[in-house]
Amino acid sequence: MDNKKTVMQIISENRFMHILISVALGFVVGALFLVVMGLSVGDAYGRLLSSVTTLKGVSYVIVYAIPYIMTGLSVAFAFKTGVFNIGAEGQFVMGSMSACVVGILLGDLPKIILIPLCFLVAMAAGALWGIVVGLLKTKRGINEVLSMIMFNWIAFYLSNYIAGIPAIHSDGTAEATKNIADNASTLLPADMIKSLGLCPTANWGILVAIVAMLIVWFIIDKTTLGYKLKAVGANKFAAEYGGINVNGSILTALAISGALAGLGGALQLMGMGSRISVFSSQEGFGFAGIVVALMGCSNPFGVLAAGLFYGALTYGGSKLNLEGVPTQLISVIVGTVVFFIAISVIFERLKYAKKAPKKVKEGKENK
Amino acid sequence: MKKFLALVLALCMVFSLCACGAKEEAADKIKVGMVTDVGGVNDKSFNQTSWEGLQALDTNKFEVKYLESKTDADYQTNINTFIDEGYDLIICVGYMLASATMEAAQANPDQKFAIIDDATCAELPNVACLMFAQEQASYLVGLVAGSVTETKTVGYVQGMVSDSMNQFGVGYIAGVLEACPEAEVLQYNANNFGDIAGGATAAKDMITKGADVIYHAAGGTGIGVINACAEEGVYAIGVDTDQSPLAPEYVITSAMKRVDTAAQDISKAVADGTYEAGIHLYDLSNGGVDLSPTRDLIPEDVLKMVEDAKAKVMSGEIVVPKLASECPTFTLAE
Repeated sequence: MDNKKTVMQIISENRFMHILISVALGFVVGALFLVVMGLSVGDAYGRLLSSVTTLKGVSYVIVYAIPYIMTGLSVAFAFKTGVFNIGAEGQFVMGSMSACVVGILLGDLPKIILIPLCFLVAMAAGALWGIVVGLLKTKRGINEVLSMIMFNWIAFYLSNYIAGIPAIHSDGTAEATKNIADNASTLLPADMIKSLGLCPTANWGILVAIVAMLIVWFIIDKTTLGYKLKAVGANKFAAEYGGINVNGSILTALAISGALAGLGGALQLMGMGSRISVFSSQEGFGFAGIVVALMGCSNPFGVLAAGLFYGALTYGGSKLNLEGVPTQLISVIVGTVVFFIAISVIFERLKYAKKAPKKVKEGKENK
Repeated sequence: MKKFLALVLALCMVFSLCACGAKEEAADKIKVGMVTDVGGVNDKSFNQTSWEGLQALDTNKFEVKYLESKTDADYQTNINTFIDEGYDLIICVGYMLASATMEAAQANPDQKFAIIDDATCAELPNVACLMFAQEQASYLVGLVAGSVTETKTVGYVQGMVSDSMNQFGVGYIAGVLEACPEAEVLQYNANNFGDIAGGATAAKDMITKGADVIYHAAGGTGIGVINACAEEGVYAIGVDTDQSPLAPEYVITSAMKRVDTAAQDISKAVADGTYEAGIHLYDLSNGGVDLSPTRDLIPEDVLKMVEDAKAKVMSGEIVVPKLASECPTFTLAE
């Protein structure tokens, strides 16, 4: 035992390995469900794999991944400061709706001005949604999780309200906004999509997402700001003792986090949706961001990979019905993955328990 | 460490083996794909009814599949999945899919489409628009409401003001006033199809004002209307599908659109080679709209009167109004 590392130790020491195993277990549990339902595991997973391995499939996966990467980055960034950004959902909605309003009303502006303008407005709206919650937390001590959940609903209904305003609402019968102007669209040129055989919604939003990822990585790892934020996340009181403005850091983190989610909303709208429907339920991009951040270990590069994985599951999963498999299989897989990642805490505890055996009974250790 | 890599690699191999399952497909079957709107296939409404209709098709002749849309942006993806898979007919459920359908139909002129409850694609040569004479069904439930009301006050909740939605209200009011000329029709525009709480509030408000039968044409908002009616012990009238299971003792009837029949008809037409684009109107005469089959709560004489009226509408003796301008009592406006 002393010289050889145990199974548990390897898993607990290597985050990447841990996540890989969690993902594999997710698929195993999914397969169990399929077997219980009397469905073919081969058909279901075969469809998942085959739909994401063609060039068209890959382009779909990337397009689907963009919003997840952005909300994942948003959640991961806030998490570095010890704030759980469950409000990415609302920030995402605010971002996409404000980009939509700009994209419709200022549709005559040239592309080169309109697209950055949409991005900026969306980031501002998302940041605003984050800052208000941050102010409530820092000035009044209101738990950010509570107020964020409420702000999600404010954004939800505000978006539905705006979608109903005659200048924004669709001219046709659809319960949705008008389509944004072509000048606000990030779609690749139609001939290019056709000649390359990409998916019809192929857009260059992924580049923005990658730049955002690099910026997040740079802020967190290479700047004083990032250092401060991490210090606050690690121990608020120690950080304060060390002379860091804790409240200021939380506000900054929430603003940047909100801006990331808001930008995600804009990218989704301008690349894929081109309009926003009147919601009857939350679309869940923000909540998916929590999963993505968790799978990506809150590391920007990890989030990129996790976002692509989530995008692949979502796109591949949408085709499961063709095999007679309920799409909920994807939720089972994702849920299991999250479960196994979340219980990593237990592995950590076990590791520490070994170092301090007096506090924990021997028997609980290695199973 | 190595053990783990080995484990992971082994898992990968198992999964990639799984992926090799070869499939055989009968080439002569007609493949029909259905794309739901964001309500999903178990929405107890259009999506579900259409899917049930398709499932009832002869499995030796048809292969039917559905794809569910989670967000507004999924419509196009799902339609394109069916196109890539070489489906003979793609049925899009609901007008929310209109713009995605139009785009896909223009880009793929050889692909046959059908869309339920939308006429904006009627000009295209490869889209069949399955429309329903909702004013006729509403007229019939209006007759029921006008006959069973004791307070001479009935209610009506609408999900949105538009020409096609107004047909529900106009037909309903015509029916109510036919059965009970002095009746008052309380009207409310919820401007929302998913607001259960709002629907309940509106219904309770009407009940306080004396309404004892309330009809809704408001999707999810209407669920709230039905709940409130059941709570207060007054009659509710459902829409689109037989909503009796929601409150069996209080949903007296529903203005039903036979989307299942429509979905079956168009699939069979593709199989027979008689598929035609353009508007297909489903009304009383072809059984496309009707009262729901659950009729236990409707008194015998009322039912007879409704059947008479139905015959008259079919023969053209009664022409049910459709437009708000034809009905001065209809007060909803944007």
